[in-house]
Amino acid sequence: MSKIFDVPLYAYEHSPDQDEGMPARHPVVIIGAGPVGLATAIDLAQQGIKTVILDDNDRVSFGSRAICFAKRPLEILDRLGCGEAMVKRGVQWDTGKVFFDTRQVYEFSLTEEEGHKNPAFINLQQYTFEQVLVERIREMQAEGAPIEIRGRNKVEAIGQHDTHVTLEVETPEGSYTIEAEWLVACDGANSPTRRMLGLDFDGQVFEDNFLIADVVMKADFPSERWFWFDPPFNRGQSALLHKQPDNVWRIDLQLGRDIDKEREKRPENVVPRLKAMLGDDAEFDLEWVSIYTFQCCRMERFRHGRTLFAGDSAHQVSPFGARGANSGLQDADNIAWKLKLVLEGNAPDTLMDSYNIERVYGAEENILNSTRSTEFITPKSEMSRILRDAVLDLSAHHAFAQPLVNSGRLSVPCTYDGSMLNSADALAAPDLTRPGSPCPDAPLGDDHLLNKLGNSFVLLTIDADAPDSFEEDGVTATRLALSARDDPSLTLKRQYLGDATSGIYLIRPDQHVAARRESFDEPHFRAALRRATGKE
Amino acid sequence: MSDKLILSPNLDNADGFFDALARAHDGLEKSTSDALNARLIFLLANHIGDDEVLTEALKAAQTSGHNR
Repeated sequence: MSKIFDVPLYAYEHSPDQDEGMPARHPVVIIGAGPVGLATAIDLAQQGIKTVILDDNDRVSFGSRAICFAKRPLEILDRLGCGEAMVKRGVQWDTGKVFFDTRQVYEFSLTEEEGHKNPAFINLQQYTFEQVLVERIREMQAEGAPIEIRGRNKVEAIGQHDTHVTLEVETPEGSYTIEAEWLVACDGANSPTRRMLGLDFDGQVFEDNFLIADVVMKADFPSERWFWFDPPFNRGQSALLHKQPDNVWRIDLQLGRDIDKEREKRPENVVPRLKAMLGDDAEFDLEWVSIYTFQCCRMERFRHGRTLFAGDSAHQVSPFGARGANSGLQDADNIAWKLKLVLEGNAPDTLMDSYNIERVYGAEENILNSTRSTEFITPKSEMSRILRDAVLDLSAHHAFAQPLVNSGRLSVPCTYDGSMLNSADALAAPDLTRPGSPCPDAPLGDDHLLNKLGNSFVLLTIDADAPDSFEEDGVTATRLALSARDDPSLTLKRQYLGDATSGIYLIRPDQHVAARRESFDEPHFRAALRRATGKE
Repeated sequence: MSDKLILSPNLDNADGFFDALARAHDGLEKSTSDALNARLIFLLANHIGDDEVLTEALKAAQTSGHNR
């Protein structure tokens, strides 16, 4: 049986665009059919925006890439119609164990939040993740959605103009030109788009090398994240073991600074390292081995004229914390509804500047967390190692030290505090749902709150009156009328009201809170809707 | 700079504490001593808790050395 990454999923096909005398112009062109490009395209197309994805390859990505997908991205994928398919194929986990030398010093649990539909995390190979997204696109195409993936379409040159972007595209049948009103570059950490536009990618490079291996083995380790500091099988270094579906296990072994990468990558050197870790009797096949170093970098701005950068092309972090693909999916979530409003003339193009502001804020948060984790895992000085080891020793004896142990601060959703799209908080309710926050889920009978929010502006009323909908300058907010009594578990009340007796939330199409108030006040919410669409 | 950090004499038993601290390092290898000091710093820091006090203490330590 051939593996998924050996089969073309979007084989090259001739496009009528290649025959046009004048370049065809598309509303949105996306470069890169990775998780972020595919998700952005699905989000746009399911809201009726014609979208073309160009990829220089014709199949899912190969090798050890993203594996941990957090709750917020799963909620985004639910909105895109494929969250359940991901959860079904993934491995759920909620326990992490930290070992120092030969002993376990600390165990943490990502407790399920009561009433939330999605688990804290699933592990899924990136190639399966991409396959599920492509399946979703095929399903949408069958229903007539305006979405197209063009395999083996490699962008060779980009021209930026005031009203559009021009792309020279190389194919097996020669090159052609197309135009895009908006270009979204999701072409990865080594983004050719970034290079073609001459844009910088600055930050901190870490010098430690890591061996990353995906091995296929039948093993009875539990579905937990196991992290070792200075284990006997990898002295002075760290190690990570994580389960993926289909008996695939992800292993990360820190190798140190000055090593011979080619030598370390050879199976005769890799296998003994893995046997030292897994035991001499372990039987496994290497699916993929690579050696990497990493960096924490970002572009200064994620918007350049009509080109938007999303995912690794815009920002890169270390793998500890699963903040790469998870933040890229939050980029996609942030872009799609804004582009729709701008393309349909219902918001000024400056709304796209808020994409830059909000997601740069998210990237900074991820880079800070990722850099701190990396420094804990790979101490740069002797004293920094002494301090790190002191924390690990203390954590085995005293609870106070456990929060100091940093084997990766796992991805949490970003709250857009200070965003220009937020209105001032006008409700004395929990901070969890302040303006800028992603809406936390809540159970509603057989359904969940997030499923009911959908893709457009919602006026969520909890024990409060309001009109069924209101329109402001071409944008409509539709009421979702709830009562705290609709959720006997009181999750809705706990998260959205606290001590308040009623609440009205204006919720953006990406399910972030734009404004909230105790009761309906028309001028207040009209202004909030204008503000949330970049008009104030 | 605010002044939450107590810089006036505040130890119940100044000589006794100095002695106990020095004795704790008796006969230890340098690496073991360094590790002991590091653990002690974290224990004390957690007891204090207040980030402003800790920041002031870090600054006071940085600026009161013999060489700089």
